[in-house]
Amino acid sequence: MATFLGINLFGLFGQLLVGLINGSFYALLSLGLAIIFGLLKIINFAQGAMYMLGAFSAWLALSYLGINYWAALILVPLAVGFVGVLMERFLIRPIANEDHLYSLLLTFGLALMVQGFFTHVYGSSGQSYAIPEALRGGTKLPFMYLPDYRAWIILASVVVCGLTWWMIEKTKLGAYLRAGTENPQLMQAFGINVPLIVTLTFGFGVGLAGLAGVMAAPIYSVSPDMGSNLLIVVFAIVVIGGMGSIGGAILTGLGMGVIEGLTKYFYPEASNTVIFLVMVIVLLLKPAGLFGKEA
Amino acid sequence: MKMMKKTLLAASVAALASSAAMADISDGKLKIGVLADMGGVYADICGQGCVTATEMAVEDFGGKVLGMPIEVISADDQLKPDVGSAIVRKWVEDEQVDVVGGLVSSAVVGAATKVLTDAKKIALISTAASNAFTTKQCSPYNVHWTYNVAALANGTVQPMVDAGNKKWFFITADYAFGHALEDVATKVIKENGGEVVGVARAPLSTTDFSSYILQAQSSGADVVALANAGNDTVNALKAASEFGLTEMMSVAGLLVFTPNAQAMDPNVAGGMRTTTGFYWDLDEQTREWSKRFMERHGSIPAMGHAGAYSMTMHYLKAVEAAGTDDSDAVIKKMKEMKPDDFFSRNATLRADGRMVHDMYYVEIKKPEERRDGDDIFKVLSVIPGDKAYAPILPECNFK
Repeated sequence: MATFLGINLFGLFGQLLVGLINGSFYALLSLGLAIIFGLLKIINFAQGAMYMLGAFSAWLALSYLGINYWAALILVPLAVGFVGVLMERFLIRPIANEDHLYSLLLTFGLALMVQGFFTHVYGSSGQSYAIPEALRGGTKLPFMYLPDYRAWIILASVVVCGLTWWMIEKTKLGAYLRAGTENPQLMQAFGINVPLIVTLTFGFGVGLAGLAGVMAAPIYSVSPDMGSNLLIVVFAIVVIGGMGSIGGAILTGLGMGVIEGLTKYFYPEASNTVIFLVMVIVLLLKPAGLFGKEA
Repeated sequence: MKMMKKTLLAASVAALASSAAMADISDGKLKIGVLADMGGVYADICGQGCVTATEMAVEDFGGKVLGMPIEVISADDQLKPDVGSAIVRKWVEDEQVDVVGGLVSSAVVGAATKVLTDAKKIALISTAASNAFTTKQCSPYNVHWTYNVAALANGTVQPMVDAGNKKWFFITADYAFGHALEDVATKVIKENGGEVVGVARAPLSTTDFSSYILQAQSSGADVVALANAGNDTVNALKAASEFGLTEMMSVAGLLVFTPNAQAMDPNVAGGMRTTTGFYWDLDEQTREWSKRFMERHGSIPAMGHAGAYSMTMHYLKAVEAAGTDDSDAVIKKMKEMKPDDFFSRNATLRADGRMVHDMYYVEIKKPEERRDGDDIFKVLSVIPGDKAYAPILPECNFK
């Protein structure tokens, strides 16, 4: 087996690839948050709960309605996104002009309620969701076995992240959105319905969390606390990437996945701390984040 | 923007703390406090279910002991040692609680038993796994009922090493319980001529285990032992199956509670072997009690639930026999009397507080072997208590 400086190179490649898979997952999760947090300036602590809601909806849809994975991949994000639309319209908008702390506490409370509800009804031990037939099995690479489902995660994540980035940064709709959040009064004067754009954007960001939830269901235990475990990490990724930067959140998500993966290989005990260590260093050296613009 | 960052940091700290729920209190009764995990990862294993099981024991006992009414109160430890020990201190100092049951996470129990020993109150431990409570941190007031890591390791590891699986790789939960389990299992492996070829210590509540699974794959081990519990076991097993590890080597779940076994895809988990202190479908006696529990709680009992019932019953019998609720007199009686019910088979409560009883070596059933969703384990063999548990330590021999 090839080694370099006493390190098993094949093992290392494997870990890099696994890190990249997790990174693309982080990218997908932090994308939704980066839109809500970075563009709309709403601190949505319920994003983790919406991710959990996505996974649970996929499980409920399969167990009670017979809706398969592929249909859930379309329907669940729409349903979760609709929950987001309702949330923004009836809960967040009334306090939109208050301090950020209000929306933070509101969404945090909401997250605890959703999580508590699912724990109460379905218990804390989780549900199992099988990997769809077409994506079982895998490919034998020289240095590791790559399950098809993980390859699918990379592909789907790259496509969704790329499309979203293009839509926000390169299209007219995205330009309205960026302008609307930058200077709402001016855009209103131009006849653009800014509140509607904000509501739909919030719904879109939440829908992305729902999509990530569906994608997570086959590989992780579908349990009420699955979102709260990830939420803080994803917030850290958005902060590292730079608030307001969509591309930053995507690239940071990928990078943090790899860094976390390498930590799991060399010193697993630190694997749930390493991202916060990076966050501290980045905030000290570049307070606006890696890709953020100085305010 | 700066403001937001500050708020966010403050909120992350705030997110780590939330308030404890406390039950109502009154004086002049025999009071049993149940400290459990009401909303966290172990809530299904010993949360409200442990309160229900304790209440069932009190009701079956008649609701009164020595003419005094018995009251059960409960609280959520939130899996935090500081929260748990603060609740227990308040219970024994201000609220006249006589005995504390439930007791789930080893980290919380370590803190809570210290408070109880200082206050000379009995700790009835149902679900914690660490063997420290009757070894390193032993106390005359500790009673450890359902199982411990030594029994799990002896029960599951020994037969596998004997069957020729000599090389082991551990995926360990990185806290008191996981370390304790890994330590005793390593000892069993080495004593039987095996070796440990690698260890990966994953933080509690790790979501993605694929990195550890790759390490296990390249270690050349015969068996990958999961020294973790709850969702960590479920997630690790999912990744093991996904990355093809289950086809290359055996996976041993050292601690698998029935609710977690139910949460696993039977195609993935079927055939995996583990050790348990109780299984609901063992015989008529266990089925009778489990049916009553199921009617009240809604799901089949995990071993900690049955243990909580059994230990409460034994405690109440001892209070009656001692004619007092004085802890020293009661614990003496508890150790004199032999526990004997649907849960405690061929059982004795040793001087060190370890309840030694029959354990069960079980296999998780494959999909085609299952009658329904509650039909999970196939009992392979009964492990006599003295084979399962480690001998008493001289320094813990509280006569």
